[in-house]
Amino acid sequence: MWLLGLYVLPLLGLVPLSLSEPLSRFGLDTVFTGRVANYSEVLQAYGPILLRSFSFAAIATAVGLVLAYPLAFAIRFRGGRWQPLLIGLVVLPSLSSFLVRAIAWTSLLGDNGPVLGLVESLGLTDGLNGLGVLRDGRLLNTPTAVIIGLTNTLLPFLVLPLVVAMQRIDPRLLEAAADLHAGPLRRFIRVVWPLSLPGLGAGLLLSLIPAAGDVVNPRFLGGPNDRMIANAIDNLLLVQLQAPRAAALTLVLTALITVAVGLQLRGRGLEELPLP
Amino acid sequence: MALRDTKRQINRPIRHWWTFRGQAIAEQWLDLLPRVLTEPATLNGCVVADPPGAAEVIGLRQVSRRFDGMAGVEALSLSIAAGEFFSLLGPSGCGKTTTLRLIAGFERPQSGSVLLQGHDLTDAPPHRRPVNLVFQNYALFPHLSVWDNVAFGPRSQRLAEAEIRQRVGQTLEVVRLSELARRRPHQLSGGQQQRVALARALVNAPAALLLDEPLAALDPDLRRTMRSELKRIQREVGITFLLVTHDREEALSLSDRLAVLHQGRLEQVGSPRQLYDRPRSAVVATFLGAANLLPEGNGGGMRLLRPERLRLSATPPEAGERGLRARVRELAFQGATVEVRLCSDNDLSLIAIDTTAGLPDHLRVGQELWCRWDPADSHLLETPSP
Repeated sequence: MWLLGLYVLPLLGLVPLSLSEPLSRFGLDTVFTGRVANYSEVLQAYGPILLRSFSFAAIATAVGLVLAYPLAFAIRFRGGRWQPLLIGLVVLPSLSSFLVRAIAWTSLLGDNGPVLGLVESLGLTDGLNGLGVLRDGRLLNTPTAVIIGLTNTLLPFLVLPLVVAMQRIDPRLLEAAADLHAGPLRRFIRVVWPLSLPGLGAGLLLSLIPAAGDVVNPRFLGGPNDRMIANAIDNLLLVQLQAPRAAALTLVLTALITVAVGLQLRGRGLEELPLP
Repeated sequence: MALRDTKRQINRPIRHWWTFRGQAIAEQWLDLLPRVLTEPATLNGCVVADPPGAAEVIGLRQVSRRFDGMAGVEALSLSIAAGEFFSLLGPSGCGKTTTLRLIAGFERPQSGSVLLQGHDLTDAPPHRRPVNLVFQNYALFPHLSVWDNVAFGPRSQRLAEAEIRQRVGQTLEVVRLSELARRRPHQLSGGQQQRVALARALVNAPAALLLDEPLAALDPDLRRTMRSELKRIQREVGITFLLVTHDREEALSLSDRLAVLHQGRLEQVGSPRQLYDRPRSAVVATFLGAANLLPEGNGGGMRLLRPERLRLSATPPEAGERGLRARVRELAFQGATVEVRLCSDNDLSLIAIDTTAGLPDHLRVGQELWCRWDPADSHLLETPSP
């Protein structure tokens, strides 16, 4: 119910705004004119950015999953009595502000930062340049930097639901699989993976959505061509003073995310997701 | 090879007439076994270092595994032969489950070695050992159907799809679950889940099947049914069974041989009859059944007299018999038998168990009578005090 009040009502308020026109070039006052063209215009202008946003979010989520699965597995099955502490360590970064973390990354990924230093000392600079991971030997202001920042932001949201889902896996099932001649990889693919799928669903929901709508990471870590959709909305509203178009773009983004969530929740309720 | 082929051809028509289809399946398994054990591919990379030994399937040599404040095992040596139904019997915390986990590979011994089919597999991981375990709570995969649960092992070993289908189908027939192959574990009763667990292990044609208190979770009636099922299945497939249990009736009725474990050490190994009639120690004597332990001489010696060897009568012992005068303290009617607790004149507690028909009439609490026995029916313990 409160979801309806806090989420749906403000969005409904955006609908008339998205069909309006600004009164002047210098103010946020608008007048309702039923201008549907706002939508086609923003879709045309910001389609590529929208696409980029979702691909950045998808890549970051994929990278996050590669990190989150072993981490969640280790916490659940190898953590023993350190489990609560390890979970705490995973959550800890989320307690600091997004902004602070992004700024911390700028110094880590900067031209004189430790990450580039490591890459250089390993002699990987040229190779990574060729792969497009680095741009002219730089890391800051590249898509890579944005994705690193995004991955860092969303990791806890992937790890926690996975740990919760794995808590429900009886460790004896892993023993049984080992007893039935399954090696470590097969145990993971045939037992842990299928039984952790509910956690994966929840994790994707919790990470993909904020990642797609992130403002901070692209602004601080990305270059001018790595802006994401939230930056575009931000820019439309506060720099170009085009509130109706900003509203239209917001509604488009929301619609896309709602579709994604709907697909995820198809056939089951929110209650069934092992949210931490 | 030619001989075996002829034999199978002769047997083939019989299969259609007899309901004892287990015979055919057992034969196929016996054919499969040497292949499974000699082909490295089907062995799934089993570490094969030594030439295979004779008939020993499981060998423990001075195996020790200690835990901080938990039950372990101490210098345990054991040799289990092919085709045996062997039981490890002991109270909880005696180290019997640890022993099983050492053999399955879930625990590594701190010293000693574990031999499977003559190969030293002490350090081999569980998935590279030619044994399979039936878990106490079954540990069935909840996301897989009965069929897929049973097919898990063969698929891990990358057998051909046709062979997997054949093996799984046959094994489900042995445990009589063919009709439920599509069900999920949670849609099955406890007894059915138990059968799935059994099939899931058996389908791999293991050198030995390890069973960890397999009947403990079942209610008493079902337990009795499953007990005879276990025996039937073991007979049909001819695979070595190693059963861990704290239920003495189970161990006595099922085993060819059994071992009594006490505080991580082996007390005695032998046939059920041997252990029941001629236990070495008071621990074994009392763990295998109700026991009267009578002091013998002054050196602390003890003589075991099973309650069913004691005869109650109004008349004193005859020549060649021994006897004690005692007073009935308690009578417990148990249907086929009556359990009588007595207190002798020299303050010994005695138990007598007799068939309802064999007891003197008008037996009452407080009554004085004679407990008589044939000295040949009693047994002097080697190590009297536990």
